[in-house]
Amino acid sequence: MTETARKPAPPIQGPDPEKVKADLLAKYPPKVARKRAKQIIINRVATGDGVPEITANVRTVPGLMSQRGCCYAGCKGVVLGPTRDIVNITHGPIGCGFYSWLTRRNQTDPETTPDGHNFMPYCFSTDMQEKEIIFGGEKKLRQAIQEAYDNFKPKAIAVFATCPVGLIGDDIHAVCREMKDTLGINVFGFSCEGYKGVSQSAGHHIANNQIFKHVVGLDDTVGPGEFRVNLLGEYNIGGDAFEIERIFEKCGITTVATFSGNSTIDAFANSHTADLNLIMCHRSINYVAEMMEKKFGVPWIKINFIGAEATAKSLRKIAAYFDDPALTERVEAVIADELPAVQAVRDEIRPRTEGKRAMLFVGGSRAHHYQELFRELGMRTLSAGYEFAHRDDYEGRKVLPSVKVDADSRNIEELDVCPDPDRYRPRKTPEELAALAARGLSFKDYEGMMPEMPEGSLVIDDISQFETDLMIEKYRPDIFCAGIKEKYTIQKHGIPMKQLHSYDYGGPYAGFKGAVNFYREIDRMVNSRVWGTLKAPWQTNPELAATYAWE
Amino acid sequence: MLLRHTTSEIKERTALTVNPAKTCQPIGAMYAALGIHGCMPHSHGSQGCYAYHRSALTRHYKEPVIAATSAFTEGASVFGGQANLLQAIDNIFNVYNPEVIAVHTTCLSETIGDDIPQIVNKAVAEGKVPAGKHVIHANTPSYVGSHVTGFAGMTKAMVDYFAETGGPRSKTINLIPGFVEPSDMAEMRRMTAEMGLETIIFPDTSGVLNGPMTGKYRMYPPGGVTVEALRRTGCSQGTVALGRLASGDAARALDVKCKVPCQILDLPIGLAATDRFVDTLHRMAGVGVADSLTFERGQMVDIIADMHQYFYGKRVGLVGDPDQLLALTQFLVSLDMAPVYLVTGSPAGKKYEKRLRAAVEGVPQEVKIKVGGDMYLFHQWIKQAPVDLVIGNSYVKYIARDEDIPYVRHGFPILDRVGHSYFPTVGYRGGMRLLEKILDALLDRKDRDATDIGFELVM
Repeated sequence: MTETARKPAPPIQGPDPEKVKADLLAKYPPKVARKRAKQIIINRVATGDGVPEITANVRTVPGLMSQRGCCYAGCKGVVLGPTRDIVNITHGPIGCGFYSWLTRRNQTDPETTPDGHNFMPYCFSTDMQEKEIIFGGEKKLRQAIQEAYDNFKPKAIAVFATCPVGLIGDDIHAVCREMKDTLGINVFGFSCEGYKGVSQSAGHHIANNQIFKHVVGLDDTVGPGEFRVNLLGEYNIGGDAFEIERIFEKCGITTVATFSGNSTIDAFANSHTADLNLIMCHRSINYVAEMMEKKFGVPWIKINFIGAEATAKSLRKIAAYFDDPALTERVEAVIADELPAVQAVRDEIRPRTEGKRAMLFVGGSRAHHYQELFRELGMRTLSAGYEFAHRDDYEGRKVLPSVKVDADSRNIEELDVCPDPDRYRPRKTPEELAALAARGLSFKDYEGMMPEMPEGSLVIDDISQFETDLMIEKYRPDIFCAGIKEKYTIQKHGIPMKQLHSYDYGGPYAGFKGAVNFYREIDRMVNSRVWGTLKAPWQTNPELAATYAWE
Repeated sequence: MLLRHTTSEIKERTALTVNPAKTCQPIGAMYAALGIHGCMPHSHGSQGCYAYHRSALTRHYKEPVIAATSAFTEGASVFGGQANLLQAIDNIFNVYNPEVIAVHTTCLSETIGDDIPQIVNKAVAEGKVPAGKHVIHANTPSYVGSHVTGFAGMTKAMVDYFAETGGPRSKTINLIPGFVEPSDMAEMRRMTAEMGLETIIFPDTSGVLNGPMTGKYRMYPPGGVTVEALRRTGCSQGTVALGRLASGDAARALDVKCKVPCQILDLPIGLAATDRFVDTLHRMAGVGVADSLTFERGQMVDIIADMHQYFYGKRVGLVGDPDQLLALTQFLVSLDMAPVYLVTGSPAGKKYEKRLRAAVEGVPQEVKIKVGGDMYLFHQWIKQAPVDLVIGNSYVKYIARDEDIPYVRHGFPILDRVGHSYFPTVGYRGGMRLLEKILDALLDRKDRDATDIGFELVM
């Protein structure tokens, strides 16, 4: 691969970012403008003082059309949704369960486990009615768990609380404990009521806590494999995890558990036996990595498999950690084997994408990771931001000590984790870790999105639709990346829009094969003929055509 | 197998819904509100509801779906949502400048008991609602009814807030189209225009949720019923409401409030229901039926007669919304098909169930009906005795694939195909399209299953 992509990006050409920012704020009432001003930041990297501070993980402004979802969506939808063999019961009125039913494209392969359980195509709900809101829903929940067991015989049942459950005070955890005793299978609950926190992020935290409390560590069997890793924050959208596992297998790296793409409860239970945790989506899962390190001694590193270069770099990081000549050799061989095909497609496509400009407003890591793929295509990121990130996702984990915990975050449980008396086993000695660090392998670190973004780009947290529309008018990017709610609005502007949550039914985009898929997809999108047809012939040249037609 | 854990053995369930055949009220209210011109639907609750509803509607229509939210956090859930709604109203008018904000509640704001009219009054008193602009509301707790009743509630709110008496009676007919596609609403408008009728259709999502691409995004597309037209509904000579569940409440409210007489009909899906629709318009407005409609009707009868052998006796499983399910069932029976499994998730009531049962009277096979059922039960019935065709929303495709059954997509939501928002299934033309879709599914299957020897070119 060429090295050009790693050079610091030249500043963004175009409208004066200060002026754009002022325009974005102009229409807001003063109080809203003051708040948004701290969430719309002009990126500064050239000064060398580190990136400027951004406000993130604060309440959505009521009335502004935000991209965000809720705590339940983060917990049930994102983190637990992709686990195929847990019966996930939504305790609440029907809507929440319905909307989180098969809408995330988490692929799974039940044939890879002996029991073949797969409950993902099912939606389980207690469908609470008015009388349960008035008299309490615990009885119905208990009965629903029993019926789920009678009908499906799963090895685990999880219960997710929705807004009204929290309000009426159903003790879902007590019901779960009771049913766990009655049925003899693992039954546990998540207090992930939609109103908790300020975005999906609260739900990720709650999901991770409960999985850590109720599942991780239940099975101490150390499985086969010399280099055993967990892949955290990879949800197997469009088969991403399958591609990463393909590469791992080729390298001789064993995946113990993926949290939570193509996952099973048994893999979670056994995950603490791995030697290294690899974090893809920092935002959704850094908690699990932190807790697993404290309790069991498994170190973690941030990796990124979005982009061919990023994939190669991440594989080298893993090899560096294990520090085994055979593995290093295999990793290099795999990279050498895989890259030519990627490079060939890139060489073919790059002349058609070079210099085009993208905007990305997605999730809590993808808006960063995908900039890598755009760089590989010679494209620039004009502006980016996250839907539910915290400051560390933007500015890097170094800001963690200075992040203020507000009331909305304080309500979410922090687990007090300490080393397990029997099972804590540091995978590397302090000396080994120090030596690896000296060679440039950073543990427990994530530098965040902003340091890698061009000078003068606009970093916008929790962008509103009003701001989105204005950004498009100001910059007319060649492609915009966001989610389904934004998709058709952007396209009505005449701008191609790529969904980076669901991949628009495409994918995988991770790993080497994924990079090729993405290159082709972006080439198709930014060069599609359809964007040249928005005006009818009589709209572009209305006056003269008829007069001279006979000539 | 995708639904590998579904077995034919049915165990009684009283608490667990599996694979629901309905969703919650607010999404229906949001869809109805989008049928008012210049309207911003507003979800009063935590932001997840609005995000889910916008996502689901966007996936179904493949169009921009606007809405705002009160974005409750824990504080609002404890202390009430008044501050959030006041702030939202202020921001929405300042930033997005709609004509109307249509507020619907969620299970959260309903449970804590927020009083929307009181909060809106306060917003008006504080000058947060600009002159000439409106805030309307519907109560749509998610633990009551379904998306269909939510749609009905917001449609009724249009009457409650806007319909006015006082002017002279006009010749206009109000048309309440029911929870149908934008294409269906456009088709109803075309049919009434063919008859030379003046109509006010509300809500009307045609042109809003099936708009053109021009390179210029318009937050408020030219479609939708205007506030001015909604005011005039009180002076119309009559109301035709289609679909008892989705449209009945609004029609009756208009009768009570403004003494506009109403006729509540089934959705005009299929020959007989469309006949009743056209005939009702004809009698109510005192106009003749356009020859063009009689011509289309004849074309539809022609297809049915020509293709009858392919319909006759075919066993069909249907799952869908009550109004749709009833009309479709009547249509299939009229084709001499056998709708044998009928499931709706919406709690539609005893009277509805009776009508559904009446619709299948005379079908020479055992018919199973469940009102307030789910797709798991529907699938179990199919496992017990198979069918030749299934009709339902996109989730039914899992059943169709597992059981290898021809399948026609109909209803809400359709997440994996286009067409529903552009091509109607109501009226004679819509009926012809439905016939085409059913025939395509059945005949494609016949071709697929034919041996090389039995594979033939002509019918």
